[in-house]
Amino acid sequence: MSNERGNSTIRLGRRRFLQVLAGTAGALVVGIRLADAADAPLPPALLGDDFHDLGAYVRIDADGLVLIGARDPDTGTGVATALPRIIADELDADWERVRVVALGLGVRNDNGQPKWTYGHQLGGTGNSIPAAWRDLRQVGALARWLLLQAAARRLGVSANRLRCDAGTVIAPDGRRATYGSLAADASQVALPAQAPPVKAASSYQLIGRPAGDVDAHAIVTGQARYAIDEHLGDALVAVLVHCPWPDGTLARIDTGDALAQSGVVKVIQLKPEPGQPHGMTVIAPAVAVLATDTWAALQGRARLKLEWKPGPSADESSSGLEQQAQAILAGTAAPTTRVRDDGDVDVAGKKASRRLEATYVQPWLAHATAEPMNCLVRLDKDRASLVVPTQAPQKAWAVVQRLTGLQPAQIDIRVPRVGGGYGRRLDHDFVAEAVILAQAVGKPVRLLWTRDEDFGHDFYRSGCVHQLRAIVDRKRQLIGWNQRMVSASAGSLRGVPEDRLWRSELRADQLPAGLVPNYRSDWYAQASAMPRGPFRGMPHLSNAFAVESFIDEIAHQLREDPLKTRLRILGEPRELALGGGTSLDVGRLRNVLQLVADRIVWKNWLHSINGLGLACWHVDGAYVAHAVEVALQGQTLVVRRVACAIDVGRVVNPLGLEGQIAGATLDALSLALHPAITFKDGQVQQHGYKDYPLATMTELPRDVEVITVPGDREPCGASFLAMPSAAPALANAVFRASAVRVRRLPLMKELMRLL
Amino acid sequence: MLQAHALPAEPASTIVPEKAREGIDVQINGESFHHTGDPQMPLLWYLRDVLRLTGTKYGGEHGENGADLVLVGDTAVSAVTVAMHTLAGKSVTTVEGLAAGDGSLHPLQQAFIDEDAIGCGYCTPGWLIAGVALLRRKPKPDDGDIDQLPNLCRCGCQTRVRRAIKRAAAGKAGQS
Repeated sequence: MSNERGNSTIRLGRRRFLQVLAGTAGALVVGIRLADAADAPLPPALLGDDFHDLGAYVRIDADGLVLIGARDPDTGTGVATALPRIIADELDADWERVRVVALGLGVRNDNGQPKWTYGHQLGGTGNSIPAAWRDLRQVGALARWLLLQAAARRLGVSANRLRCDAGTVIAPDGRRATYGSLAADASQVALPAQAPPVKAASSYQLIGRPAGDVDAHAIVTGQARYAIDEHLGDALVAVLVHCPWPDGTLARIDTGDALAQSGVVKVIQLKPEPGQPHGMTVIAPAVAVLATDTWAALQGRARLKLEWKPGPSADESSSGLEQQAQAILAGTAAPTTRVRDDGDVDVAGKKASRRLEATYVQPWLAHATAEPMNCLVRLDKDRASLVVPTQAPQKAWAVVQRLTGLQPAQIDIRVPRVGGGYGRRLDHDFVAEAVILAQAVGKPVRLLWTRDEDFGHDFYRSGCVHQLRAIVDRKRQLIGWNQRMVSASAGSLRGVPEDRLWRSELRADQLPAGLVPNYRSDWYAQASAMPRGPFRGMPHLSNAFAVESFIDEIAHQLREDPLKTRLRILGEPRELALGGGTSLDVGRLRNVLQLVADRIVWKNWLHSINGLGLACWHVDGAYVAHAVEVALQGQTLVVRRVACAIDVGRVVNPLGLEGQIAGATLDALSLALHPAITFKDGQVQQHGYKDYPLATMTELPRDVEVITVPGDREPCGASFLAMPSAAPALANAVFRASAVRVRRLPLMKELMRLL
Repeated sequence: MLQAHALPAEPASTIVPEKAREGIDVQINGESFHHTGDPQMPLLWYLRDVLRLTGTKYGGEHGENGADLVLVGDTAVSAVTVAMHTLAGKSVTTVEGLAAGDGSLHPLQQAFIDEDAIGCGYCTPGWLIAGVALLRRKPKPDDGDIDQLPNLCRCGCQTRVRRAIKRAAAGKAGQS
C-alpha cells in the first residue's frame, strides 16, 4: 500500500507528469499522467487496477514479468509491438518476459470534462511512433533508473557503476539482481528531481532490431479476439438496412414477417440526428432488426418490407460529378482556394518554349476493411461499457457521452486489435447506432454491418480530377507548374470552415512545390451528398498519382530518361523550407529514388521488353520511391517486380516497417488496378467485393523488395508512406510496356479501353 | 448410497428403442456436435454464435474475401455459404483446430509467425486454412499454385503469406 506515492511525480511538461506507485504484490508501476484538476493523490482503489488507472505503461511484477501497455489501437500497423518495444528498450527489459496489454480508453473525470490518461491515442494516422518517441521513452528510462537505485542499495555499489541487461542489473564484480527481485524496493525509491536521461542510440538493444507481431500466436491460432468476436452473454444481435440514399427517408415499413421470424426480438428505426456532423451520428436512415443470434437477425432482415423515398440528392451520379469537374477545369472561374502561388506562372508562361497539359481522373473509393463495422454496447444506469473497433477511442467516447449524458469516467471503451482501419474507423457512426439501439431495446446490443452495408454506406474517398500544366523553357528547365484540382472535400458536412476544406484534398508542400520557381496550386470544391471521410494515404494518394504520372509525361515530351528528368527537377541535395513548418530534404529524396532505380536495374529502361516505371514522394519528413517492372501479355498485366525505398529516420522495428511498406505498396497497387465506387441516381452501385475487386494474389507482385535507408533522425510514421508513389510507378511502367498513358483510374479498365 | 435391504433388481434391458433422432451430427475440430436448430443455418454462424469459435471470421454474405474459410475434410470452403444440413457426418476443421492437441502449431501457423505474415490479422485464419488445404493437396506448391489462393487482404500481407507457405512446404517452419 503506497497511497502516499501518488504524489511522487516528475514534471515532464506543462500538464504531464511521470509517476510511480507500488502496485499489488510489490509490483513497480510507472506511467505518465496528465495533471488532474486538483492533482489529487491517487485513490487507494488504484491498487486493484494500477495498470490501467495510472495511465501506466510499465508494470514489473515480483516474478519478473514486465507488462507494457500499448496505448494506440493497432489496426494492423504494428504499433502494439513497436510502442512497447520503445519502452522496453529504455528499460533494458528482456523482451521474452514482456507481455503487451492493449490499453482501452483512459478517461478521467475533470469537472464533467474528459481528461485523457494516455494522451495521444490514435491509430493509423502515421503519428503513433513520432508521438511515442517524444514521451514513452521517458517511462522506460524512469523505471530503469528506479531499479538501478534499488540495486545500488542492495548490492552496495553506486548506481552509476551498475549496468542493466535483459531484465537484470549487473554489478562490476558479476553479482546480479533481477528486475523482479528489485521491483518492490524500486517502488519505494524517492524520485529524482528531473526525469532521468534517455539512452544514447548506441545502447539500443531492441530499437532497430526486428520483432514479430506480439499478437501473432493468438492470431494464427484463432484466439485473438476482435470486437466482432465479443458476445457478452445475452446481447442482442442487430443487423441493419440503410436507406440507399444518404438523405432519403423511409416511406413505408411492414415489420410483420420480420417479427414473425423465430429469434427476432424487435425492429427499430434509426435516423441521423440533425445538426450532428458526419461520423458522429447515424450515417443514413436505417432499419435495424434485433434478434437473439446473427442468423435469426439476418433472416428477419430479409423479411422486412421497406420502401424508401429518395432525398434531394437522388439525381447525383459519380459520372455527373466528373463532368461537372471537367467543366470547372475547362472554365476560368476563380478557385475555392489558391493553395500555393510561388513566383508568377502567368509571367513564366510567356517564356515557355513548351507547354504541357494533362488531366487525370480518379474514382471514388471505399475502405473495404476486413472486419466490417461493428460495436458491442451495454448500458447500465450509471455506466456504459463498449467494445469498439476504432482508430480513435477518444472520438468514440464523445459519441457515447453525447448520447448517454454519462460522466466522462462512467464510459468504458475497450479497443481490441482492429481488423483494418484505413481511416474508416476515425468515424463512429456505427457506435452511435449501437448506443441508440441499446437505449431503445433496453438490453446489450452487438451491432454487425453486413458486407453490403459496409460497401454501400461508407465515408468514401471522393473522386477527383487534376488538371496539370507544365511550362518548360528553351533550356528544357521546368519553370512553371500549374495544378488545378477538383474534388468533394472530406471536410464538408463535418463543420470544417470553407477556407480549410482543401486541407483534406491536397498539400501545399507536395511535389514539385519548392522545386519549380513558378508554382501555383488551385483547389475547386465540389458539392456532394455522398458521405466522405479520411482515407489511408489521403491526400497524397491521389495527388502523387497525378503529379508523378505527369512528370513522366514531361520526360517523354522532352525525350529524356524519366529518372534523369526527376533528378534534374530535384536539383542538388539541399534542405528546402516549404512553408507551414514543413521542409524537403532533396538529398534524401534523390537517394531513395536512386536506390530503387539501381535495384530495378534502371539502365535497362530504354531497351527492356518489359516496362519500367519510377515515382517518388515525400510525406511529413519521410521519403519514398517505387520502381516497378511490368510485362503485358495480351490482356494480362503482370507486375514482375516492385522495389520500394524509404527513409523514415530511425527505424524502431525493421520487420514491422518492412511489413507496412510492402503492405501499403500492395494496397496501393490493388486500389489502382480495379476498384471504383460509382453512384447513379444517388445510389452507390457496389455492394460487395465482387463489384469492388481488390487484387487477388495472382495480380500482385510475388515480392516487394523493401530498401530501408538507415537513419538517426527522430522516427517518422510509416503506415501509409508507401501508398502514394506505388500507383504512378505502375502507370509509368505500363506506359513503357504498352505506349498507353493511363490518365484515369482504375487502371485496368482504362488500359483495356485504350489498348 | 448403500441400501441395507436392497434386493438385486431385475436387470432391465439396456436397449431402449429410439426414434431416429432429429438434427445433424458433425465433427468440428475432432469433437462431435449435434445440431438440432435450423438446418439452413450457415456453418459460420453455428461456429461463431453457437460454439463461440470466433477464429473463423465474417467476410461477407458470399464469403468473397476468404476470411471465413474452414476445412470440410481436406477442402477449404467458405463457412457462410455452407448450410448445416450439408455437413451431416462431415468433419470440419477451423483455425482453432489446426494446432495439435498439445498446442504445438501446424507448420504453416509457425511459418506465418516466422515470416510475420500478418497485417491486421483479421483475414489470417482464412489464409491459413487456404494454405493448409493447398499443402494437403500439393505438399510442394509452386508460385502458380499459391497464386490461386482466393483470399483478399487490404493490409497487403500477400507477399509474406507466399513466403510462409514456401517456408512451411520446405520444412523450415520454426527455423531461423
